[in-house]
Amino acid sequence: MTEQIIQKDIHDKLKIIIKPYVNDENVMEQLHEETDFIKDLNINSAHLVDIILDIEEVFDIEIDDESAEKMLTVKEAIRIINEKITDRK
Amino acid sequence: MINRVVITGLGVVAPNGIGLNAFEHAMKQGQTGIAFYEKLKELNFGCQVAGVPKLEDDLIKNYFSALTLKFLKSSGIMFGCIAGMDAWKDAGLEPKLQQESPDWDSGTIFGTGLSGIEPIIYAHNMVDEGKTRRLGSSIVEQTMASGPSAYLGGILGLGNQVTTNSSACSTGAEAIAMAFERIKDGKAKRMLAGSCDSYGPYIWAGFDAMRVLNRNSNGNPQFASRPMSASASGFVPGAGAGALVLENLESAISRGARIYAEIIGAATNSGGQRNEGTMTAPNPIGVQRCIHDALKVSGVNSCQIDAISGHLTSTMGDVLEISNWVKALDREGTSFPFINAPKSMIGHCLGAAGSIECVALVLQLFKNFFHPSLNCEDVHPQIAEKIDPAKIPQQVIYHTDFEIIAKSSFGFGDVNCCLIFKKWN
Repeated sequence: MTEQIIQKDIHDKLKIIIKPYVNDENVMEQLHEETDFIKDLNINSAHLVDIILDIEEVFDIEIDDESAEKMLTVKEAIRIINEKITDRK
Repeated sequence: MINRVVITGLGVVAPNGIGLNAFEHAMKQGQTGIAFYEKLKELNFGCQVAGVPKLEDDLIKNYFSALTLKFLKSSGIMFGCIAGMDAWKDAGLEPKLQQESPDWDSGTIFGTGLSGIEPIIYAHNMVDEGKTRRLGSSIVEQTMASGPSAYLGGILGLGNQVTTNSSACSTGAEAIAMAFERIKDGKAKRMLAGSCDSYGPYIWAGFDAMRVLNRNSNGNPQFASRPMSASASGFVPGAGAGALVLENLESAISRGARIYAEIIGAATNSGGQRNEGTMTAPNPIGVQRCIHDALKVSGVNSCQIDAISGHLTSTMGDVLEISNWVKALDREGTSFPFINAPKSMIGHCLGAAGSIECVALVLQLFKNFFHPSLNCEDVHPQIAEKIDPAKIPQQVIYHTDFEIIAKSSFGFGDVNCCLIFKKWN
């Protein structure tokens, strides 16, 4: 897979993971790189913990606490997931 | 200022009926909710029967979002939320929307014995496997004592007091008593009062070990719970939830709400585990005082009580309870009020018992019937010598003209609660 396809694949999977945590379907439609999970999607901050667990399961990776704290936007989440997948290889 | 308190909404998740219609039908038909429970047999329980509400997945989906269901493990919280949401809707009230302000005039006192054994077991196993970080965010809210009220407060957007009480098997009645007092004192306009309990072997094991559960009807579950019977030999564990919307009269009238009944008296106390009272047995003086106190608040005379919905668990305690009612009301034989035992149909729903049984009582008062007390053909001789056995209905009584019904609930810790309900005319 090319880099671009990998990025798209992560993005799509991430969207599926996040969807149940978002009340407003309209904001999900407008999901973009800079979208902030708490500010833009109104995700309950306690649920960020659950989203990280879901990400770990779906991508078969482990996200350390330091990385977890940085995962507040779509862009950062994709970057970190990508990084962990690469590390795993 | 003293406010009158009326009931404007009801909700129930009972072993013999989920929702008001099913529950009313079951009561009128004398349908038991008690069944054989395979798991208890596998685990070598003496008692292998229980009363557990059966919730279909399709019904559950009507009450909770997919996200909530992803994490919700506690059966007690699930029962409580369903009963509570139903009661709120039944009262003609709407949950506050996410962007609205909370309803500062409405609160909840929603009790439990142990609302969620399932998340405790789940967390216990995960922690022992070294997987604490994989627990997720929802274990605390489901294992904290106040889980039921915290869930309901959030779902409905309640801005008044939101708390959970716990007083063993008097929990449900106590929640109603406390909500009644809060409204009477003018501290809230509406209170969702109720209770819930979860189910299963880990909750009931301690009772089985105490040998207080029925052990001789595993092959005949429908006969296992026999309050006031000579052959009563232990209670049948149960689970579920009951919920009542209590409201001050002015508010109920101003919004044109349907009024089921008025609560005119409530009292809670403890026998102090003194005299004959212990952790598990009531001090009779405490029980009698509690009944007197409730009557005093209500302003009615003991001869005005038309019927009693007893605590009556199907143990030796039934004889003592009847004796306490006889003494407290100073009525015996044929002048004793009618009395029935809801636990004969649903078993003992522990923390949920009082609220489910008060929903039953209010429906009977409102709809003019009195449910049969099952499995009591052989009235205990010590009960028959105090009250006329004809006061214990073997069949449903229709067209009752009861004005006032009293409810009692007692719990471990020698705690008592008595409530007096009056028909709304």
